Amino acid sequence: MSYDEQHLAEALGALPPAPTAWVRAAQELPALRGLLDEIVERIEQDAEFRRRAIADLEDALRSEGYEPDPALVAALRHRLEPPE
Amino acid sequence: MSDSLSEDAALVARCREGDEQAWRDLVERFSRYVFAICVQGFRLSERDAEDVFQEVFTRTYEHLGRLRDDAAIRPWLAQLTRRLCIDCLRGSRRELPADDAEFEIPELDARLERLDEALDVHHALDRVGGDCREILDRFFARDESYRTIGDALDLPSGTIASRISRCLAKLRETLEGRNPSLTSSSGSVTR
Repeated sequence: MSYDEQHLAEALGALPPAPTAWVRAAQELPALRGLLDEIVERIEQDAEFRRRAIADLEDALRSEGYEPDPALVAALRHRLEPPE
Repeated sequence: MSDSLSEDAALVARCREGDEQAWRDLVERFSRYVFAICVQGFRLSERDAEDVFQEVFTRTYEHLGRLRDDAAIRPWLAQLTRRLCIDCLRGSRRELPADDAEFEIPELDARLERLDEALDVHHALDRVGGDCREILDRFFARDESYRTIGDALDLPSGTIASRISRCLAKLRETLEGRNPSLTSSSGSVTR
């Protein structure tokens, strides 16, 4: 790889920052674990909530008073999917 | 093992020990890379890119304990992001082939290779020190003007161009494995 200034400039410009909110949400995943445990437990115990979560997870979360931000939804989907 | 791989491995080890600051650092270290693969590599929409981005870091968080080689976090992340981007595109375009081997996006490999090189440069910049990371990142990656950079870093805007040149020289020396020095460069740089 060439390290001339033009090449370095292009390389630096090729990786703009990800949106701050996305990064922050991903960084807060450890803090989400308690909330995830709570929701998973409720889904396991509440057949109606489970049915709605399977049909439309985001809508089910919203109707139960949880804010379905992408980090929470992604983490929840991952927790609920069958093991690979 | 290269400096960058050692840093990756150390970060993963700290994450596995439950160090939440290490997790935040890991997300910061690779967020641009994952974002760029989604948006530049696979040209995902913003909404799809956000879903894939969060899914990548969720799976990474869940799987850290099962990584066979801590230093391999970067190719592992790249492969995971690539797979999830393909799944996303496949979900939105039914006509795409089911076999990954048949899934072709023109110049995809070349674009991903450029992003890989760019990440090497960004990680080298982390090791340059001083205010070079802020100055070069603001100018080249965030597209900020000399005046904005000067205001943000409390530096005279008339000195930003020469600082950029000096920082690029230090970055080049770091990448070439030489000791960083304050060698000035007379070359002009365009974005």
